[in-house]
Amino acid sequence: MLADISVQRPADLAEALAVLADPPGGERPAVLAGGTDLMVVLSSGSFRPSSVLSIDRLSELRGVSRLPDGRLEIGALTTYRQLIRSPEVAAASPFLVEASRTVGAAQIQARGTLGGNVANASPAGDTLPVLLAQGAEVVLASRDGGRRLSRFETFYAGYRQADIRPDELIVAVRLDVLPDGAATWFRKVGTRLAQAISKVVLAGVATTDAAGRIDVVRLAAGSVAPTPVRLSGAEAAAAGGSPADVAAAAGIAARADVTPIDDVRSDATYRREVTGRLVERFVGSLGSA
Amino acid sequence: MRNNPGGATVRFVLNGQDVTVDQVPPMERLLDTLRERLGVTGTKEGCGEGECGACTVLVDGEPVVACLVPVCQADGAEVLTVEGLAEGGRLSALQSEFVVAGGAQCGICTPGILVSARALLDRNAKPTRDEIREALAGNLCRCTGYQKVIDGVQRAAAAERGGESAG
Repeated sequence: MLADISVQRPADLAEALAVLADPPGGERPAVLAGGTDLMVVLSSGSFRPSSVLSIDRLSELRGVSRLPDGRLEIGALTTYRQLIRSPEVAAASPFLVEASRTVGAAQIQARGTLGGNVANASPAGDTLPVLLAQGAEVVLASRDGGRRLSRFETFYAGYRQADIRPDELIVAVRLDVLPDGAATWFRKVGTRLAQAISKVVLAGVATTDAAGRIDVVRLAAGSVAPTPVRLSGAEAAAAGGSPADVAAAAGIAARADVTPIDDVRSDATYRREVTGRLVERFVGSLGSA
Repeated sequence: MRNNPGGATVRFVLNGQDVTVDQVPPMERLLDTLRERLGVTGTKEGCGEGECGACTVLVDGEPVVACLVPVCQADGAEVLTVEGLAEGGRLSALQSEFVVAGGAQCGICTPGILVSARALLDRNAKPTRDEIREALAGNLCRCTGYQKVIDGVQRAAAAERGGESAG
């Protein structure tokens, strides 16, 4: 199986985009970055692309930089290990570091990339609720269209349907600047701490005002719907209230924000209940740090 | 590396020696190239899907699972397998302290654990037990219960620091 797959391994972005614009056989190749998702399905034979485009040599897609407007731009090939070790990421998005530390274990963190997590479009992707809660933008490139920006809020049209055109490659993810004084929160609930696909992931951002009332609040969850989802009912229930007063109501609202399923990792009832309790715990903790 | 599917030429450094592999399918798993083409069989296959860590090797100093690395992506890299740990035919301190601690039972997971431990000790000469647990979280062992594995890493760290007592 693996022996039959032809591979292009371009040296730079322009060459990679040329392959995507005019692919061998006219069919989009499977894009290979760190291989932590793709190699599993290629080895098992459950996915048989006509060819593979390995983008691991595109060094211009690695690393983080600060945009003039203050946002952090993270290259698509930046690995979880690099995110974990980056002081810039720790400052701009502490819960992205926490999320990265829960992906697989050291071996997966060394290879897996942020762009790969976004492109793979799994509802269980560990970093995806963070990108939703913080507000992110995906930067895509194509030979004929140049750069295109896609808001992460609307990036997934449905289960595993990402807003990537056949000739495009994800080149970076941009993170909104967190509000001043914002608390961030990340929890992954799985069977064990490492090497587990999540049952529920929750990411939250919130600020409180001088009176201790919740001002900004953004909540997002994974593994509880066909795509990562914002918990807008829970946000509405929490906004403007004192944490202790609104935590329970936010948790109840969160249960109605999600549409989980039963599968091998968990069941819908458990996921709904845990989502509600995580939201209640996060909202209840605000202002007490 | 050339691009033809049936046979690329891939070059990398394996345990300090330059190796060239001709006529290798570029998507072949590094695990298979090591074991089947180069005859370096210390690296074991466990699950084959990146979950168990038995096939852990270092690529450019970072632990990776060789079942998820296509050999074309190892072109130009430095690869370290368990065979590269011994020094001049003698067990390294890491290996001999595992023996003393009783850090292996059936042994299938041991090469991967040793390689993950090597990566940890290369950047942290005095890891805590929690740091060892995190570094080895991707290496599953179904025999030992891990305590003696962690003991072995702590003993090795102490030995490498130069005779401090373990613990």
